[in-house]
Amino acid sequence: MKKLINDPGDVIGEALLGIEAAHPDLAVDHTTKVVYRADAPVSGKVALVSGGGSGHEPLHGGFVGPGMLDAACAGEIFTSPVPDQMLAATKAVDGGVGVLHIVKNYTGDVMNFEMAADLAAAETGVDVASVVIDDDVAVQDSLFTAGRRGVGTTVIAEKLAGAAAEQGRPLSDVADVVKAVNANGRSMGMALTSCTVPAAGQPTFELGDDEMEIGIGIHGEPGRKRVPLAAAREVAAMLVEPILEDLPFNRGDAVIAFVNGMGGTPLIELYLMYNEVARIMNGRGIEIARSLVGPYITSLEMAGCSVTVVKVSDDMLDLWDAPVNTPALRWGV
Amino acid sequence: MSNAITLSALTAWVREFGALIDTHKDELTQLDSAIGDADHGINMDRGMAAVLAALDGEEFPSNAALFKKIGMTLVSSVGGASGPLYGTFFLRFGAACGDAAEVDPEGFAKAMRAGLDGVVARGKAEAGDKTMYDALAPAVDALDDAIASGSELRAALRAAAGAAESGRDATTPMLARKGRASYLGERSVGHQDPGATSAALLMRAAASALG
Repeated sequence: MKKLINDPGDVIGEALLGIEAAHPDLAVDHTTKVVYRADAPVSGKVALVSGGGSGHEPLHGGFVGPGMLDAACAGEIFTSPVPDQMLAATKAVDGGVGVLHIVKNYTGDVMNFEMAADLAAAETGVDVASVVIDDDVAVQDSLFTAGRRGVGTTVIAEKLAGAAAEQGRPLSDVADVVKAVNANGRSMGMALTSCTVPAAGQPTFELGDDEMEIGIGIHGEPGRKRVPLAAAREVAAMLVEPILEDLPFNRGDAVIAFVNGMGGTPLIELYLMYNEVARIMNGRGIEIARSLVGPYITSLEMAGCSVTVVKVSDDMLDLWDAPVNTPALRWGV
Repeated sequence: MSNAITLSALTAWVREFGALIDTHKDELTQLDSAIGDADHGINMDRGMAAVLAALDGEEFPSNAALFKKIGMTLVSSVGGASGPLYGTFFLRFGAACGDAAEVDPEGFAKAMRAGLDGVVARGKAEAGDKTMYDALAPAVDALDDAIASGSELRAALRAAAGAAESGRDATTPMLARKGRASYLGERSVGHQDPGATSAALLMRAAASALG
């Protein structure tokens, strides 16, 4: 294992110290491992709390700030945060008009956020709503399984919900924005290499030099199938076509297209992939109204990418364009 | 209650579970890297280390108080699915054990059943989903059967530990339907479930500490 760390046990705490040092607009509670916007709570604004396992940076701590999240709870690497963290965050950011939990659909995340919402109801008068993101088309949805994973659509949902909250929309409306993004968003990812959890010290899985994994999750969990390495245009088709068929996306739909890096793939390759993705979408008559390219929901140092497509209304585009001022997304400010 | 299980024996059970998790943490993580996200041993070991630290030097007035502390410590320190699941198991176990400072074998079996019901309520797992339920449920059934048929506690706990290990082994050919392993579909077949493996350690710890 080659990593820029001091001790595997100190990775999260020391990274949070760095986030605090680099971003004076944020406040970090090092005991509970929660990143806050420094001016929280914002009175009269619905507050947004998200969180999840660490190792996906900039998600979620890099999305804390005006126009996006009020707090992000950092779990251990690839492990859900615990209810104490979400409870502390919920109490700290409540501006009197409710708190929205944005939860990625993983068994542990859902259980821990549920326990936190139960505790918040028992201990406080805070009005808490929760929305679960489950956008990964690589996973067959079924009532008998854990369901689809929450991946790239989470980034778009946190941006749009943050803008809606800044506009002063009530809790149920902000929750509806997240539900609409999730209902209209689909993602699929792939890996060229595995990743190494610092505490484990060795790669989560082995992938040959001539292989790639299609349908990968964001925790090094294996994907849908392992296939021989192929050219970028073939990889783009393997990711985009299942996405477009799933919703389905139709000719004339306006979308946000998001090519995400898994952590170990350079921007030059992500832009090359974006070109392939855009070519397929243009060929289908789908209008890319906005785009996002870069590593925003990562899997440590895994090489690879994911594609997210969200069908958007005019209102959703307005929310996308609204000012945002966070470490990872910043425009209009 | 001549054959009652004392509070210190129950504490010894939890300490033995912590020791077994520590011994098997690499194995649990390796099993999890095959079909999950490579952290089950790390997370359980962090949680049980926190539990053992919380027990050190503390006196608990009752079963319920002891297991409330254990359950809440796990919920607060493990994360993932295992934290709420094991935490809920111990919280329900303790509540069912009651406010005494000992429990008879029948009461112990009932408390195990209550803990199992808590795991089902939190995780919504069913038999054959390839989860900790597949080790824990046959163990609780075996414990009930043995005690109902008049077995001594020692024999009943051995039967329960054996049933948990058979249940654990039976997860290998199963197709995962819950948790992160379910994302693999057919590719989850042929791997032993890490949650069932740690649950079997819980029963092995009971057999060696209480039997």
